[in-house]
This record gives sequence, structure tokens and C-alpha cells, in this order.
Amino acid sequence: MTRVFERTKGLTEAEMHYCPGCGHGIVHRLVAEVLEEMELLKVTAGVSPVGCAVFAYNYFNCDMYEAAHGRAPAVATGIKRVHPDHCVFTYQGDGDLASIGTAEIVHAAHRGEKITTIFINNAIYGMTGGQMAPTTLIGQKTTTTPLGRTVEHSGKPIRVAEMLATIEGSAYIERVALNNNANIIRTKKAIKNAFTAQMERKGFSLVEVLSTCPTNWGKSPVEAMQWLEDEMIPYYPLGLFKEV
Amino acid sequence: MAVLKVKIEQCKGCGLCVRACPKGLMRLSKTTLNSRGYQPAEISDMQACIACAACARSCPDIAIEIEK
Repeated sequence: MTRVFERTKGLTEAEMHYCPGCGHGIVHRLVAEVLEEMELLKVTAGVSPVGCAVFAYNYFNCDMYEAAHGRAPAVATGIKRVHPDHCVFTYQGDGDLASIGTAEIVHAAHRGEKITTIFINNAIYGMTGGQMAPTTLIGQKTTTTPLGRTVEHSGKPIRVAEMLATIEGSAYIERVALNNNANIIRTKKAIKNAFTAQMERKGFSLVEVLSTCPTNWGKSPVEAMQWLEDEMIPYYPLGLFKEV
Repeated sequence: MAVLKVKIEQCKGCGLCVRACPKGLMRLSKTTLNSRGYQPAEISDMQACIACAACARSCPDIAIEIEK
């Protein structure tokens, strides 16, 4: 008998606290598998965000830090500059990265910091109870937009991958999704490419992962995956935006 | 033959493996609950499993292990 699939050593044995069907668990596993395959676990420092993924430091089997809300790229910059040979990544949600942490992520990319950011875009604030995020789609109902987000009031959702791809210092920017098996495999490849770009000191790398929040979207996990496919992917096109 | 194990206590019954299985073999148990009250996933026909691991890859809680 050969093992076809087993738990990666890149994750601790801790049970994840996420809601049933949350995409965070899948992305945690993919990042951990990539770190294990690249034999980077002993030389990696991750920075967890504020948001649902705040407890990521309990789940990744490498050194982990916890940054103030949105400031993960700033903390990662410090770690990377003290330990330039180490692998440094931040794991951030859309409330953390695209809202309060916009200045930090834009300037980390602008400086060409040799760090990797895993950006989870689920179009809503999860931990705080389902408020509108900058990435919330037009018409999407949240607790702060009970009638649906409107362009007049809140503008259109921000496309982070496209924005950061225009910045000179970025080296690898890709958007992927978790909606089916092929895209999950593609997500892992993108994460591997991003870490490779960092270890080759090419510059800033970011993988935007379209993920689900069944609880705050008010859908079952399976319905949420379908909504991601039908509503999110048309607005947030998948693909490689930059590779140097 | 493939052997698929669902770690019952880690499963949160989200059903993403049911959606992912290309052979339509996964289902949520109608007869058991785990200690947290979730209906864990199970495989209906072990003989028909092709060990593609699509279910395991889609599982957010890494509750599925597969041998072949």
C-alpha cells in the first residue's frame, strides 16, 4: 500500500477552528505542503493577520508571528531584512490586506521586499460578523449593506492582484480560486511559484486566492463554492498577472 | 484497491468532498454523528474508488487519508 494522500508535516496536529467548508483550511494545507516540498519549514517565518486566520500561528509548523491589523507586510519586511536567507510569508485576508493594510502591502510591493503574501479574498469580513469589505461585490448583501453594495455609496470592488501587478517591485502576482479540483492544484502551483520567486530574490510575490465564507454569505459550503464560481470569478478573473 | 479513511472526529460535514468526487461516491452519513454533532462524510462504495484524492484535496479539515 502506498499513501496517496496524507496530512503534511507542514501543519501541526492542532485542529483548525474554522467554520465547516471554510477555504482557509484548504489554503493552509497548500502553503504547508509547498513549504514541506521545498524543504523550507526550518527556515520559514510566517506572519498571521488579524481576521479569521489570526490563529494560523497555531497551525503552521514553522516560526510564526502575529502582526497588528494590516501590518503583516511591515513585520515581514523586518524579519526578511534581519534574516535575508530565510523564507518569509504573510497570510492575509481581504479585510486585513485590502482595507486597513493597503498602505503596507502597496509599499512592501513598491520596495520590492523579497516576501510572499498569500491573500485570501472571500469578499467579506469574516471574523467580525460579515460586514462589507473593499472586495465585496456590487449587489452583495452583508450586515453593513443589507440592501446590497451600491456603486454610488461604496464604489466598485478593488482588484488587488491587478493593482499590485502594475508596481515595479512586484515579481510574481497571480489570482487563483478554490472552486474545483483543477483550480486547487493550480493554486498550489501558484504558491510554489511565488515562494520560488522569493527564494530567487526576484522581488515581491503575491497569490490572491478566491475563497468562500459560507457562514457570512448565508450559504451552505457547496452553495458557496458555486457562488464563488458564478459571481466572483467573472469579476475577479483568474490568471497570472506578472512574472519576471 | 484503494482504502479511503475519513477521520470522523475531524470532519465538519461540510460536503465539499461530496461535490468534488468525480465518481459521486462520497456522501454525508445519515446514521452517525461525531462528538460535535456533525454528520461525517463516508464513502458509499469502496470498490469503485479510483484514489484520485479529489475529495482529500477539497477537504478544509484534512479529514481524509487515502492509500492504494
